[in-house]
Amino acid sequence: MPAIVSLRDVVKTYTRGKQKVEVLHHLSLEIPQGDFVALMGPSGSGKTTLLNLIGGLDRPTQGEVTVAGERLDRLGSGQLAKWRARHVGFVFQFYNLMPMLSAERNVELPLLLTHLNKAQRRQNVAAALAVVGLSDRAKHKPAELSGGQAQRVAIARALVADPTLLVCDEPTGDLDRATADDILHLLQALNRTHGKTIVMVTHDQKAADFASHVLHLDKGQLVEGQTAAA
Amino acid sequence: MKYLPLVWAALWRRKVRSLFTLLSIVVAFLLFGMLQGVNAAFSQAIERSNVNRLIVANSISFTESLPYAYMAQIEAVPGVARVAHLSWFGTYYQDPKNFVFSFPAEAERMFAVYPEFKLPADQLQALARTRTGAVVGADLARKYGWKIGDRVPLHSTIWTKADGSSDWTFDIVGLYQSPGDRAQESAFYFNYAYFDEARSFGKGKVGWYVVQVADPQRSAQVAAAIDRLFANSPDETKTQTEKEFQQAFLKQIGDISYIVSRILFAVFFALLFATGNTMMQSVRERVPELAVMKTLGFSDTGMLALVLAESVLLCLFAALAGLAAADLLFPLLKDTLGVVRMPLRVIAQGGAVALLLALVTGLLPAWRARRLDIVEALRG
Repeated sequence: MPAIVSLRDVVKTYTRGKQKVEVLHHLSLEIPQGDFVALMGPSGSGKTTLLNLIGGLDRPTQGEVTVAGERLDRLGSGQLAKWRARHVGFVFQFYNLMPMLSAERNVELPLLLTHLNKAQRRQNVAAALAVVGLSDRAKHKPAELSGGQAQRVAIARALVADPTLLVCDEPTGDLDRATADDILHLLQALNRTHGKTIVMVTHDQKAADFASHVLHLDKGQLVEGQTAAA
Repeated sequence: MKYLPLVWAALWRRKVRSLFTLLSIVVAFLLFGMLQGVNAAFSQAIERSNVNRLIVANSISFTESLPYAYMAQIEAVPGVARVAHLSWFGTYYQDPKNFVFSFPAEAERMFAVYPEFKLPADQLQALARTRTGAVVGADLARKYGWKIGDRVPLHSTIWTKADGSSDWTFDIVGLYQSPGDRAQESAFYFNYAYFDEARSFGKGKVGWYVVQVADPQRSAQVAAAIDRLFANSPDETKTQTEKEFQQAFLKQIGDISYIVSRILFAVFFALLFATGNTMMQSVRERVPELAVMKTLGFSDTGMLALVLAESVLLCLFAALAGLAAADLLFPLLKDTLGVVRMPLRVIAQGGAVALLLALVTGLLPAWRARRLDIVEALRG
């Protein structure tokens, strides 16, 4: 499989007050299309920073980041926004749904940036909610959903525009074990059945076990790669 | 349009706060509609003034009367086409709050000078024949259910009769209309001869003269000639165009335009802070949500537009509600100010002010949303 994510000699530095902190040190990485990769590592190791670079939320201080054939380090913020809308679905630890919108309106959000008409948007939203098994909760607001249901809605929102890549930041970090396993099974099914490439940051080894590959980060560098026993 | 549900939902994220902000804008625009409406209605009345007409009043004050004998002398001034006279009668019907704009006049002269008032010829003749006769504006007649043949008592707050009574009885013999301006259909005209004969004081005097000039281009010369005629007499005159006279009359109440603009400035200045604070708080509370929207692909400019749209929607919606309420309440002013409908230009002005308010109060929070850094915002 060709690499959908390719990082070459990436350095990321943040400025904290007068101090410059290098979070990623000359990191290189390739993730093949259709892979399910778990990123693990201690706090401050640079997992979320790496995920932000892959998801086009941030740009490297140095080096090349190529995702879905696009050099993200060369794009401006407007171009990056368009690129994200077309290629990436995001899933967050705390779901990050819009509290004032119903589940279906939340799922519809990425489609507002497309040229689809209302009927087509409605059709796609219904399909995405069906994939995550929440068709009967379409009219409910986030406050009326359980944590697991809210995360499913977030996954439906990430899927609805049919992105190339799913980027998940601790997607089970706020869920109990059983619900977390449900969500991980769902992500695994999306990877295996629908061929979605998934990059997931997690602290949880059990969650990482659902991935095809696990990458360990420590102090801003990849330390070891291993295949999960999924 | 596809973003409207999103903008509307964001607006009502904090229902109580949004409701109070909305109400404060509604009240501000209700006030704007009423005050600007009155101001505009007065301006319109002045603009509608007839360029052919001059008003001759006592130079000391509009409230001082002039001798009836002046009429023939004014008529003789070159350039004068017609002359009529009117006097302030100051009456109410049954209850002091039922104020009636009533004037003793010589009907044929008056209706000739005011051709915009339409009175059937037979009713004009009936007025001439009936000593206690009166013709009433169609709108005033509708208000009190008066019709031709009715006998109507009016109580004058100024004029007493020789017997000491202030109650005057009139027989309605005609109803006049003013097709171009319904606000003018609220007056009550009756025979000067009856008034002058019956009143206990001020006999042989009139309130002011209305002069129709043959050539409006020569109004200034005619006015000067009239005033020269009565210079150094016990009752010197001040002759003005109808427009100048109305402006001077309104100035006696106060500079309405100035007062209105100052009140509205204070109201909107306060509103600027209230609405601006609501918008700032709203954006501050939604930083993570706005960051997620950017994550999903909403551009910086898109976020700026969405937050501005919230501000515009809030201000325009509330302003239109306030102006609609003002439009509904406006006819209540008819009795006191003689204005009938709120001018459309006030609604247009209100819309423009609402838009300006929205942009001023929304720009800062919208700019903040535009500049939001996703990574920093998500990190919390």
